[in-house]
Amino acid sequence: MPDTDHRETLLEAVELTREFDGVKALDRFSFKLRRGEILGLLGANGAGKTTAMNCLLGLTLPTSGRISAFGQELHAHRIAILQRSNFSSSYVSLPGNLKVWQNLLVFARIYGVHEPKKKIAELLEMLEVSHLRDRLTGQLSAGEGTRVNLCKAFLNDPELLMLDEPTASLDPDIADKVRKVVRRVQRERSIGILYTSHNMKDIEEVCDRVIFLHKGRIVAEGTPEEIVKRSTEHTLENVFIKIARSGDLEDTHGKEPAL
Amino acid sequence: MNFRIVHALLSRYIFLYTRSPVRLVEMVFWPIVDMLVWGFLTVYLRQNTTGDFPHFITFLLGAMILWDILFRAQQGVAISFLEDVWTRNLLNIFVAPVRTAEYLTATFAVGVLRICVTAVALVLIGWLAYSFNVFVMRWWLIPFFLNLMLFGWSLGMISTALILRWGQAAESLAWAVPFFIQPVVAVFYPVSVLPAWLQPVALALPATHIFEGMRSVMQTGTMCWAPLCWALALNIVYLALAGGFFVWILNYTRKRGLLTKFSTQ
Repeated sequence: MPDTDHRETLLEAVELTREFDGVKALDRFSFKLRRGEILGLLGANGAGKTTAMNCLLGLTLPTSGRISAFGQELHAHRIAILQRSNFSSSYVSLPGNLKVWQNLLVFARIYGVHEPKKKIAELLEMLEVSHLRDRLTGQLSAGEGTRVNLCKAFLNDPELLMLDEPTASLDPDIADKVRKVVRRVQRERSIGILYTSHNMKDIEEVCDRVIFLHKGRIVAEGTPEEIVKRSTEHTLENVFIKIARSGDLEDTHGKEPAL
Repeated sequence: MNFRIVHALLSRYIFLYTRSPVRLVEMVFWPIVDMLVWGFLTVYLRQNTTGDFPHFITFLLGAMILWDILFRAQQGVAISFLEDVWTRNLLNIFVAPVRTAEYLTATFAVGVLRICVTAVALVLIGWLAYSFNVFVMRWWLIPFFLNLMLFGWSLGMISTALILRWGQAAESLAWAVPFFIQPVVAVFYPVSVLPAWLQPVALALPATHIFEGMRSVMQTGTMCWAPLCWALALNIVYLALAGGFFVWILNYTRKRGLLTKFSTQ
């Protein structure tokens, strides 16, 4: 199908394959993330989302295939690309033995943020965690920690942001606030966001387009509405369950899970 | 090399040490315990021996102080890395625009700071409790310190690379690696004491030349340049090899996908 989207490609993977001891965690995975787009990466546990994210961050080298960001090959221009990107995961914490402002100041300095203290104050305010500024990071609740991680992810005004389950462990109220912040930042700065989540409400509310992975391969791609329309299911959550069980969007008779 | 990033990483360690008195105490506690044990042993031996022997005994204190310089430099690199592992911060660092050289330089700087704190404590206790004046080594002390620090950095990179490869289960290597070489580098006795087959091994390590030099200076008040030149030349080789080994292991962990294990262990 001809590519009719003329927005700048921020991140691209071409035929990305990653094997672990002969097992393909990613199998010829290709996609493009455009400027101003939020792309959801979905799949059951073990579908290949984390492996994809690790490859895209340069933490794991692919067995074959190519990754580029901002038109530059990742492996050769890693530092320049990471300077314009950022990452946050519910599963990767900032050092618990430093205060929130100390952690953020360290990363602000790493990214060379202009007027770091002012920027930190703005971000803490935006994510409604200003009162945590002088708290030890290790003493924060999961929800507070996630929001502080997001402050770190926004520090360098990234053009490309990778968010790994940013609303995991958040209560519905805070999750809603986080989604709104992510949406607002994406709109105001026209950044590209790669977003993984197991929460389909998140995905429907936040993502412009989604990719479903199953056993390392793309099994469905499109807007959340398109994907629901193409299946026989009525909700994205049911589509997720069907793909997780049958590995196929088109299968109208989803198999019952083996017990 | 971007020194802004080195400064940023260093500030993270400084925040850590300044807000945790326990860490500061840890930096001086074991060296002081060592100093007291060796110091009292020295006093006892000095009181119960005659001839030249008491003179030799003072080598023990000098050797102990210099050994600690090497050990603290190595710890600066290895423990700084482990701090990032323990706090599950390693992935944040590796997905930030931080070059390997910048990360290592920051840990080297931590080593320098640790040496400063430890050295001041040891020199003061040696002087106050045992009238041992480390400055008997005069200006030679500076190249001694520098060379041992360089070798400590090399050992630190090797320890860190091994932990990267084998995971947190291998973290005891952060403390063990210097002690693997301690019997060979002739810290407390001359190289001539070692078996003949082991002496070339000892002389292939830069620290050996420093400890030999220290004894020469303390005994005669003079020292020839040859051991220092050997130590420096060997240090350059070891730094290059250890740096290469670290980068090789880092690339290997990326290829094998081992790096991400540090966020989940």
